[in-house]
Amino acid sequence: MNTETLRVSIWRGKTDGRFVSYAVPRLDSQTVLDVVTYVQRTLDSSLSYRFSCRVGMCGSCAMTVNGVARWTCRTHVSKVAVDGVLELAPLSNLPMIKDLASDMAPFFDKWAGAKGQFKGERSRHDDFASVQPDSVKRKAADAGIECIGCGVCYASCDTVTWRPDYLGPAALNRAWTLVNDERDVAGNERMRAIAGDAGCHACHTHTSCSERCPKGIAPTLGISALKRLTARAAMRGELG
Amino acid sequence: MSAATQARLWYAQRISAMILALCVVVHIVTIVYAVRGGLSGVEILARTRGNAVFAAFYVLFVVSAAIHAPIGLARIAEEWLQWRGRWLNGLLLVFALVLVAVGLSAVWGLYGGG
Repeated sequence: MNTETLRVSIWRGKTDGRFVSYAVPRLDSQTVLDVVTYVQRTLDSSLSYRFSCRVGMCGSCAMTVNGVARWTCRTHVSKVAVDGVLELAPLSNLPMIKDLASDMAPFFDKWAGAKGQFKGERSRHDDFASVQPDSVKRKAADAGIECIGCGVCYASCDTVTWRPDYLGPAALNRAWTLVNDERDVAGNERMRAIAGDAGCHACHTHTSCSERCPKGIAPTLGISALKRLTARAAMRGELG
Repeated sequence: MSAATQARLWYAQRISAMILALCVVVHIVTIVYAVRGGLSGVEILARTRGNAVFAAFYVLFVVSAAIHAPIGLARIAEEWLQWRGRWLNGLLLVFALVLVAVGLSAVWGLYGGG
């Protein structure tokens, strides 16, 4: 059995909080979420953090691990610990609630702001829409559709840090999948919502979102396409 | 400023960037080529005066720079200093006009002789 010990610094409190150090037994195949759970269940039950599925589906457990935003349930300690040390903090670019829990409300408000809701025109009485699986639009939607809303991209985005009203990579990725959804009828409304300096045109193509996305999505690609699409629509006078 | 205007400005900045990329390459290559054997100011003026192609090229260069720079400065002012609003847009419009005036006077100095 492994007898090593991890030194884990965890952010406690809100913005005026501090890092508190804990000693956690090192185990084989241990994930960062395992470490946090050990601290909460064994060392300090007042520690607040968020998780649900533990298998990389729900997007609840993202945190800042040694300075980098990650999904903690699928991040092995062996990959991220430096000399047996872990530093855990809540996600950046979001208000702190307490300890490792960030307030995700601004993140999801921006999904709504980017018109991230599907709007169709068929009812249950109509026939199914026929979408060709190998069409360009379907493939473009596929490339971004697996987003689990973990907020890693948003926390990694410099542009969100610099201008907090920027919609951010996740909301724009969502908009991009809907722009490519042949059944959706809210195209113009969405284009107006995502154009401009707080929308897709704010992106500086730093590609941190694409680098850090645990699902391997590249929001940068979709955002670049949205920039061209909305700018051309604006030049044609279609954005009002 | 409406989102549509912002999108149009982004487009203008992108197109002007493409033109500037080409202009800068032509500009640098021409300079390096022209001064290989040494070239005096008088010799330069002798070649540029009355050369319409030269003048048209640099007018395009100046106008592209005057479009490109203020839009980029607006972005920097917003992100680094949190400056925004009509006063800033007005200031940057003046800056663009100054760039055009200074740039075109330089072009005229080489083309028309000053």
